[in-house]
Amino acid sequence: MQELTITSGRHMHHIDPHLTIWGWEIPVYLFLGGLVAGILFFSAVYFLRGKSDEMRTTVRVAPLFVPFLLATGLFALFLDLEYKIHLFRFYTVIRLQSPMSWGSWTLGIIFPLSTLWALMHAESVFPNWRYPYKWMEQAMNFVKKYAKILAWLLIYYAAILGIYTGILLSAFNARPIWNTAILGPLFLVSGFSTALAFNMILSKTKEERHKLGKIDLMAIGTELFLIIHMFMGFLASTEIHVEAAQLFLGGPYTAPFWIFVVGVGLLIPALIEVLDGMHKVKSTLVPAFLVLFGGLMLRFIIVDAGQFSSWIF
Amino acid sequence: MARYGMVIDTKRCVGCADCVVACKTENNVPDGYCRDWIVEDVRGNYPELHMEIRSERCNHCENAPCVRCCPTGASYTDEDYGVVLVDHDLCTGCKACIASCPYDARYVHPEGYVDKCTFCMHRVREGLQPACVEVCPTKCMHFGDLDDPHSEVSKLIRSRPNHALIPEAGTKPKIYYLL
Ligand code: SF4
Ligand code: SF4
Repeated sequence: MQELTITSGRHMHHIDPHLTIWGWEIPVYLFLGGLVAGILFFSAVYFLRGKSDEMRTTVRVAPLFVPFLLATGLFALFLDLEYKIHLFRFYTVIRLQSPMSWGSWTLGIIFPLSTLWALMHAESVFPNWRYPYKWMEQAMNFVKKYAKILAWLLIYYAAILGIYTGILLSAFNARPIWNTAILGPLFLVSGFSTALAFNMILSKTKEERHKLGKIDLMAIGTELFLIIHMFMGFLASTEIHVEAAQLFLGGPYTAPFWIFVVGVGLLIPALIEVLDGMHKVKSTLVPAFLVLFGGLMLRFIIVDAGQFSSWIF
Repeated sequence: MARYGMVIDTKRCVGCADCVVACKTENNVPDGYCRDWIVEDVRGNYPELHMEIRSERCNHCENAPCVRCCPTGASYTDEDYGVVLVDHDLCTGCKACIASCPYDARYVHPEGYVDKCTFCMHRVREGLQPACVEVCPTKCMHFGDLDDPHSEVSKLIRSRPNHALIPEAGTKPKIYYLL
């Protein structure tokens, strides 16, 4: 038997009995970061493969949303900061050991790049698109000349952004449930999956939706594999990690995680997409909405569970 | 660089919390927060029980994850004393350092920056002891340079069995508890 009693002094706001320092802002930011990474990745990949017309929504339409989605995510992050006027401090130094520093610089780079990418495609989505000044048109002509380089840069930075949304958490050794290298790839693939779902909702053609659904099925399969792998890793690790895994295997996060993330967010949409592919059910956007819901829930639950799990028990 | 740390004698500590009150007064710690606290740790099977009373605070870790993860450099290790501090002017209140500390030793000060034990560096630089060490009625706390083999802390660590907190987290804490 072991008994640990804290007798005085420790009743700190948002620290005891377990951390509640990060509320809705961080999961929303991580979700939007992953979504944006996916949108940019697929847009740039299909652009380079010369499928801009065939996959019009993926390549041209979805990126138009990116600057707004990114701005919303960054605003959520800003709301989370406790010392808001010191926001600029993120950009006065590069700290290679800090994932948050990586993240802020990646966002600082991806924001202008994706805005240029969106402007480039806005011209073909809105035929009456005109720039108010000549220099803007000249600048955009310059961008178009180097569109391929921009696409490659976006692929690269989208991958960093997608992985970063997971690494931000996995770098915290102090929170055992976050401390797994699987979180980077898991959030990356989940971000890609939500982007595919987002594109499916926007897409006007059956062919494109069908193609996106097929890729999404692969993404969902990969996510399920990574989730199983993550728990196998925990259960084969130290006592503290086994205890952390128990939060999801009988503990307080069991029902929300397995029902909302795995069931509603992965298995049910996968099943509907398979049946849709076999023409057994009517093609609807239900799986796409479920995938988006599951992606958001994954971030909410993981962010919360990480703050619940600690070395002090 | 010196490597300042603490040695706390759990055989002497009675858990009176004078150190907690002294810290709050000395450092103007706001209501609802603390930089040090008392833990009463009871282990074993009744009636064979072992009790340890500990005064705990930031361990000023040598391998400090709070310093590594800080995106702005606000959390840093002081070059002269090897003590982990927060530069309030650089802190954004992103709370990464709070999430990274396995001891939950940090908190957000109501003014927005992150705060924690400083080993009372404002006193130490004047040649004084940290307020908690100074005030302890049982004299169970000792503060000094762990790199100096003749310091009181080094001698105590050599002469008595001791342990640090959660060494398996790999942070190399610099507070030792004498058994
Ligand atoms: S105890 Fe926590 S806050 Fe203090 S140095 Fe170690 S990790 Fe940082
Ligand atoms: S809250 Fe302040 S000290 Fe902590 S990691 Fe963020 S910027 Fe650094």
